[in-house]
Amino acid sequence: MSDATADAVAPDTRATGRYLYIASVVFLCAWVIVPIYFLLINTLSSPETVNSFPKPFWPEFDLGSLTFFAGFAGMLTALKNSVIVAAMTMVMSILIGAPAGYALSRFEFPGKGLFRLLILLTRAFPLPLLALPLAVMFIQTGLDDTAFGLALVHTTLAIPFAVLITFSLFSGIPMELEEAAWTLGCTRLTAFTKVVLPLILPGITASAIFAFVISWNEVFAAAVLTIENRTLTAFLLQNLDTSPLHLKFAGGFILVVPALIFIFAVRKYLFAMWGIANR
Amino acid sequence: MAQIEIKNVAKSFGAYQALHDINLTIEDQEFMVLLGASGCGKSTLLRIIAGLETATTGKVWIGGRRIDNLSPKDRGISMVFQNYAVFPHLTVFENIGFGLRMQKLPNDEVTRRVERTAGLMHIEQLLKRYSGELSGGQRQRVAVARALAMEPDVILMDEPLSNLDALLRMEMRAELKGVLAESKTTAIYVTHDQVEAMSMADRISVMHEGKIVQAASPIEVYRNPSAEFVAGFIGNPPMNFLPANPAESGKWQVAGQVIDGPGASAQLKFAIRPEDLRLADDGFKAVAKVIEPLGAHLLVTCEVDGQLFRAVLDSDFKVKPGEVLNLTPQPDRVRWFDPQTTLAVA
Amino acid sequence: MNARILPYVLILPVTLFLCLFFLYPFVLVSKQAFSTGAGFTLDNFREVVSYWKFPISMQNTLLLAAAVVPVQLALALLMATMVNRMQKGRDIVLYIWTIPLGISDLAAGIIWLAIFEQSGFLNSMMSGLGIVDQPVNFLSYTHPGIVFLAIALAEIWRATAIMLVILVAGIGLIPKEYCEAAEVFGASPWKRFTRITLPMLRPSLQTALVLRVILAFEIFAVVAALGGTLFPVLMGETYAYQFDLLNSGAAAAMALIILAISIGFTLVILRVLRVPKGATI
Repeated sequence: MSDATADAVAPDTRATGRYLYIASVVFLCAWVIVPIYFLLINTLSSPETVNSFPKPFWPEFDLGSLTFFAGFAGMLTALKNSVIVAAMTMVMSILIGAPAGYALSRFEFPGKGLFRLLILLTRAFPLPLLALPLAVMFIQTGLDDTAFGLALVHTTLAIPFAVLITFSLFSGIPMELEEAAWTLGCTRLTAFTKVVLPLILPGITASAIFAFVISWNEVFAAAVLTIENRTLTAFLLQNLDTSPLHLKFAGGFILVVPALIFIFAVRKYLFAMWGIANR
Repeated sequence: MAQIEIKNVAKSFGAYQALHDINLTIEDQEFMVLLGASGCGKSTLLRIIAGLETATTGKVWIGGRRIDNLSPKDRGISMVFQNYAVFPHLTVFENIGFGLRMQKLPNDEVTRRVERTAGLMHIEQLLKRYSGELSGGQRQRVAVARALAMEPDVILMDEPLSNLDALLRMEMRAELKGVLAESKTTAIYVTHDQVEAMSMADRISVMHEGKIVQAASPIEVYRNPSAEFVAGFIGNPPMNFLPANPAESGKWQVAGQVIDGPGASAQLKFAIRPEDLRLADDGFKAVAKVIEPLGAHLLVTCEVDGQLFRAVLDSDFKVKPGEVLNLTPQPDRVRWFDPQTTLAVA
Repeated sequence: MNARILPYVLILPVTLFLCLFFLYPFVLVSKQAFSTGAGFTLDNFREVVSYWKFPISMQNTLLLAAAVVPVQLALALLMATMVNRMQKGRDIVLYIWTIPLGISDLAAGIIWLAIFEQSGFLNSMMSGLGIVDQPVNFLSYTHPGIVFLAIALAEIWRATAIMLVILVAGIGLIPKEYCEAAEVFGASPWKRFTRITLPMLRPSLQTALVLRVILAFEIFAVVAALGGTLFPVLMGETYAYQFDLLNSGAAAAMALIILAISIGFTLVILRVLRVPKGATI
């Protein structure tokens, strides 16, 4: 008797649990997407609609806000600055970071522990704060208010990630592949370019994009270090009090777009990258 | 002509001494197997010859040319790795031709040599594939073909068969032996599998704790182990040991038996292979503990004088645990070891 | 090149770069914080600490961290375990859940502004449902609780993804056999989670928490977008000292205070979640 009831109840509770599970997954997806959707509505609506009440829940597909954004004095320059700074950060952090990642994954050398500590230490520091003294230093060297100066600071932010991510990528390439290349007539350099590089390139791209987004999103140092050559984030921050709503939303949307592309581009590497970087 | 000479090679990793003063000469076209348990230094020695590791001290010559300060590409060697190291971003063809391309050989020469070695390893039909589409055995073949295509003076192999399943391993063993004999290359082969070593080698170097304990032909290593370690390592099951006390001159007291032995004094160890024991009316009193019928023969684990003792007997023989057997050693197969030096005593 | 020198050549660029743009500025900021022009002094610290906004911005920052980080941790753990048992649609769900990872704090602030502002979507919904007649100005000094809530929600929305990624990666490193073994020994799903998964996840939890807590003390742009001056936080005050008050000594002192709090919390987390030697996977 009791067995029979247990049998009857079990599939039922399991089905309930399953619905609950699916419902929570859907809810959590909505939790992420709906706010972005709201921003999309605001971006694709005319300035009048954006400032009106109540809000529609469907976009009008009016490019008024975006046109206003594009026409706003200094906005396009700021956008251009953001791209330039982020591109510089991307190139510098990979060029400087990847060799160190390679050294960490391939060599045992005295001082390795200390070096790893230095890298991890940077991750434990509120780095944007360093923009304050750097502002003084940059004025002395003529780097103040330049894209390159800001890119240097953003590279400092991105380098620990570049080192750790490339470290984990290189660790994923068996040492034996390189050794095989050496025994087949390669030097260290040609073994790297002929064997390691082709295998690592997609991963390097992913970490380069990661560096790009770190710079693209950074607000504090950008606001501290640029005055005339504002990046998009700095420009929006500076004008938060004074700019109209539709300008904020259009600007916010432009900020979000690379993020969507970024996560899509690197989704395969995201977890592998962090898995080893934890150690 | 590629004789390999290794003189006084030692290697330490920090405080850990991986190799102690290795001296070894490998003749031209010889198939030398480095055999030992993991951590004995056999791979380190191979990698020093390949140039992947630098010896702390010592010198290496290949074909009369000193090579220990050259980089791997200039040593006239090629190597087969344990995990094959088939480049995943290249086709099988480009993998086999990789070294030839590095030498900037003309295209038709590369094609000719790749096709020849691929034929040798029976992988002609795989040339357009990538390593992800190959089975373990096929990858193995690509790795060997890639090494052979270089037509090296010396081919080095680091446990090349250990990742294959048992049946495939046996098949590849025979094939590899044939191909290498035909190519007339000097070969150094690292393995921990004694059956592999016995079946392939011209000569085996048994290594233990960073030293070469014995370097001799397989049958010599098996019949006349130069040290207790070799006797206990080679053979499955390994040799039996019993303590021996001197009786009169040339006679030794072993587990209640008097056995002819060397004329030394003090104490010795008596040793006999399990298959060199015969059932007799008189002999060691062995209490059978575990009986393992292995098909071809019967493995009986017994206790003699409180010591573990194994005998390999005819598979028709019937015995139960607890029974007492009388085992007598074949006199010409008895070996003696000095417990102080652990070396063989003639 | 010599294999003994090569690694040093390879790490040299990073080391130089970090010395110049990380260690050196750090020395500079400390020097600036401890001097007002003539010798060693604590005046800068005295000044910023005694300013009336300091206690409130300190309290706001800590409260926000205390409210946000635990929720994020719980949420990220929940999401990670849900993803872990997912068979169909795992990739798309993970993609969606990790989108906020790439979104800046400023953009997140603006996104939630679209919801909470006076003509925003929350008011539109509430009036649509007949809960309010007139749109409410949530983000004003009359509703400090809602300002706090909006900022906390925006932070949870934005920064749970980074924890999720670290935890999913960490769970992926735990061999399935351990949980299966526990199941064979009769552990319930909840027990398996608390006794097997969580302890083995400690290294990942460490990383995730350290990263999140430090970022929580750096909170700045979300607050600027949503609360403006209504909700002072430490990082915002630092910015104000530098720009509005042009007092870089005080800004440096603030920076050091934030740094000290960050390091303190990092040490606590590392200590609490330490893995005994030899107990790693």
